[in-house]
Amino acid sequence: MKTVFVTVGTTSFDELIESVTSQETTQVLSALGYKKLVLQVGRGAVLPGSDSCAGLQVNAFRFKDSIAEDIRDADLVISHAGAGSCLEALGARRPLLVVVNDRLMDNHQLELAKQLHSESHLLYCTCSTLTQTLRTMDLSVLAPFLPGQPQNFSRFLDQAVGLHTE
Amino acid sequence: MGSECKPGKKGSVSLLVVAGSGGHTTEVLRLVESLSHAYSPRHYVIADTDKMSEDKIRTLETSKNEMDAQAKFTIHRIPRSREVRQSWSSSLLTTLNALLYSVPLVFKLRPDMVLCNGPGTCVPLCVAGLLLGAAGMKKVLIVYVESICRVQTLSLSGKILYYLSDYFFVQWSTLKDKYPGSIYMGRIV
Repeated sequence: MKTVFVTVGTTSFDELIESVTSQETTQVLSALGYKKLVLQVGRGAVLPGSDSCAGLQVNAFRFKDSIAEDIRDADLVISHAGAGSCLEALGARRPLLVVVNDRLMDNHQLELAKQLHSESHLLYCTCSTLTQTLRTMDLSVLAPFLPGQPQNFSRFLDQAVGLHTE
Repeated sequence: MGSECKPGKKGSVSLLVVAGSGGHTTEVLRLVESLSHAYSPRHYVIADTDKMSEDKIRTLETSKNEMDAQAKFTIHRIPRSREVRQSWSSSLLTTLNALLYSVPLVFKLRPDMVLCNGPGTCVPLCVAGLLLGAAGMKKVLIVYVESICRVQTLSLSGKILYYLSDYFFVQWSTLKDKYPGSIYMGRIV
């Protein structure tokens, strides 16, 4: 079943939950073939019921120890700009649409989302442009996100401290 | 940047890892995971308000120990020096408080190296490491890896430790341009 997973991380982002469950957006999602909407709403005041969106099966929850499974089972991840959520979705090789909370100014977490967007690893919009972005998005343009290389770090450090120097 | 201090020549490097909390812990443990067993023993410092980090550390150490039965690790808790959104003036007081805990801990453990990636707790611990050197007791290498979240600006800890660390890593070329003394080798977590 084609699934969208929406995650807001440890805080709340009611505007995103409201936008994504709005009639306009759910119609677009249905038209794109999505059948199921899984929502991680955090501390938000909005916790949509299972039949709140016509044509979509909705499953909303606040927190889980791990959202790895929800990400893995999703065909599209819609996330807040938090670094942890972005990296987890990209690490699992899932198409990612980041929705920026423009009410949170001066949030350094945005730095990473913007950078990853400029390198074509994710799509990027605000709540007001969400429907339009979904309608016109082309997930095939997304570039794969390769994992970091900690072995470069350990190799450098070994040499720096004088370990295994041939 | 860099150091003539080569603690690895004696065969092993004792490590103090500042795990901080949350995303910082995940990142720094990925770095620890990449290190060989020569980095032993490993002493982890976590904030006393942190619940998750200890589980993550134990999981990592269990997987590391399957390959090395002699690996040793310890976990220590110190007061958090700075909660998110805490003001500057009250941060100063809590940082001084954290320093009171950090100095005896670092003087007792005497690590060859402090590895950290930006939680508030790491500044007092690095300062304690520098004091150990200033007291002529032991040179402690300070290795700082700025979080991957930082693309355009350094964290507050990074801005301070840029001047105090022996090896300062950034993970985006934009920061390397702004801080030429840093080491850039792409993303390393």
